[in-house]
Amino acid sequence: MEYILNILGPLLEGTVVTLQVFAATLVLAVPLGLALALVRVSRFRTASTAVSGYIWLMRGTPLMLQMLFIYFALPFVPYVGIRLPDFPAAIVAFVLNYAAYFAEIFRAGIQSIGRGQYEAGQVLGLSRAQTMRRIVLPQMIKRILPPMSNETITLVKDTSLIYVLAMNDLLRAARGIVQRDFTTMPFVVAAAFYLAMTLVLTWGFLRLEKKYAVYDE
Amino acid sequence: MIVARDLHKRFGDHEVLRGVSLTVGKGEVVAVIGPSGSGKSTLLRCLNHLETIDRGEVVIEGDTLVATDAAGHCRYVPEAEARRICRRMGMVFQHFNLFPHLTVLQNLIEAPITVKGLARDAIVPVADELLRKVGLFDKRDSYPSRLSGGQKQRVAIARALAMAPDIMLFDEPTSALDPELTGEVLRSMRELAEEHMTMLVVTHEMAFARDVSTRVIFMDGGDIVEAGEPAALFGNPSHPRTRAFLQRLS
Ligand SMILES: Nc1ncnc2c1ncn2[C@@H]1O[C@H](COP(=O)(O)OP(=O)(O)OP(=O)(O)O)[C@@H](O)[C@H]1O
Ligand SMILES: [Mg+2]
Repeated sequence: MEYILNILGPLLEGTVVTLQVFAATLVLAVPLGLALALVRVSRFRTASTAVSGYIWLMRGTPLMLQMLFIYFALPFVPYVGIRLPDFPAAIVAFVLNYAAYFAEIFRAGIQSIGRGQYEAGQVLGLSRAQTMRRIVLPQMIKRILPPMSNETITLVKDTSLIYVLAMNDLLRAARGIVQRDFTTMPFVVAAAFYLAMTLVLTWGFLRLEKKYAVYDE
Repeated sequence: MIVARDLHKRFGDHEVLRGVSLTVGKGEVVAVIGPSGSGKSTLLRCLNHLETIDRGEVVIEGDTLVATDAAGHCRYVPEAEARRICRRMGMVFQHFNLFPHLTVLQNLIEAPITVKGLARDAIVPVADELLRKVGLFDKRDSYPSRLSGGQKQRVAIARALAMAPDIMLFDEPTSALDPELTGEVLRSMRELAEEHMTMLVVTHEMAFARDVSTRVIFMDGGDIVEAGEPAALFGNPSHPRTRAFLQRLS
């Protein structure tokens, strides 16, 4: 018990890093993903195709590869090359990657709303943008809650990939102690931390689903 | 008032409207009848820009929505202008198309607030009055999923009226309803007709067409075959296809 209290400090520090990556990714990737989804379902063919290509690229290559590329290779790309410190590099990679996944969830949600809703909006005089904002997107939220819950839980665990940039997240902190003390106890504590975080998320999404259960379709 | 001239519409190589011309004067209640697939819905949808026509002209309350020049080029007015013109027509769909995430009251006030920029306090009394008129004031805070089909359709009528349109289009408003629920919807429509709302109603309810409309249009194969006062058209149809259609119904 005393041992656990001893290692709690460094593990909590790791958890802070994990939560920072998680929160920053969520806050930035959700709006970006929504923007991508809106372009994807728009009438603008070229832009829509470009977004499809982007989503294919981001979902078709490993997140770890993308992170390594942005950290190590981006500085050497002509013209656009910049050298990012590790935390921003990790965030950029996570946001670009997760926005692609979110965009696909949003797209499916938007396209699941029937044509009658758009037509009802149109005959009442709403513009396309107003119909999207007032009619379609609010209904989309209810439908995407389950896949979004999945995706955000995956994100919590994916944050452990930042160890490749030598950042001290929860898992790397635990591994450091394991190698120092020759005990697996830090892994058990780290697992409990991850479980606690996903529990909070699951609970949050359940509350949202309850909130949206006031209406049926 | 609606003026439509020589409307042509095709889906692929299927010509659904073959030069339909139609005028609906102020306060008229025009019923459109005809067999399935004759283009009744398409005609309505072309009038309020849910479909784009290939050729012809549509003028709503004196404003041209679309016109075709001598060279045969069909031109719509810009989108914002088209929206402004079309919102003078309310539309009621066969399948209601209420907004499921909004309560009955919110369904009614959404467009007046978002489109016309009305203050909530200004439109809520109007919406309440409309709900009383269709007999659904007690449902104002319910979600549409809690309503029967007949109630949903009456909300849809009230929602369209909340935009204070000059014209109301109905596309088979009772066809999706159980027979015992059609009466309440037809009653609301009849009241609207008595207030001299300009109405264009696609319907299979011959009793409504006969008793309420001022004129009946019979469509077949993408054309208006015959039009006239209900008594004349039902009592003494001049065209063999009209006769055949009416005979099949009775
Ligand atoms: N979006 C579309 N794409 C292709 N064909 C269509 C489309 N909409 C309608 N049609 C076709 O156009 C024809 C006329 O359809 P419309 O819905 O106007 O008929 P209707 O008179 O309203 O029939 P009903 O009484 O069954 O509602 C039909 O053959 C239909 O299959
Ligand atoms: Mg129809």
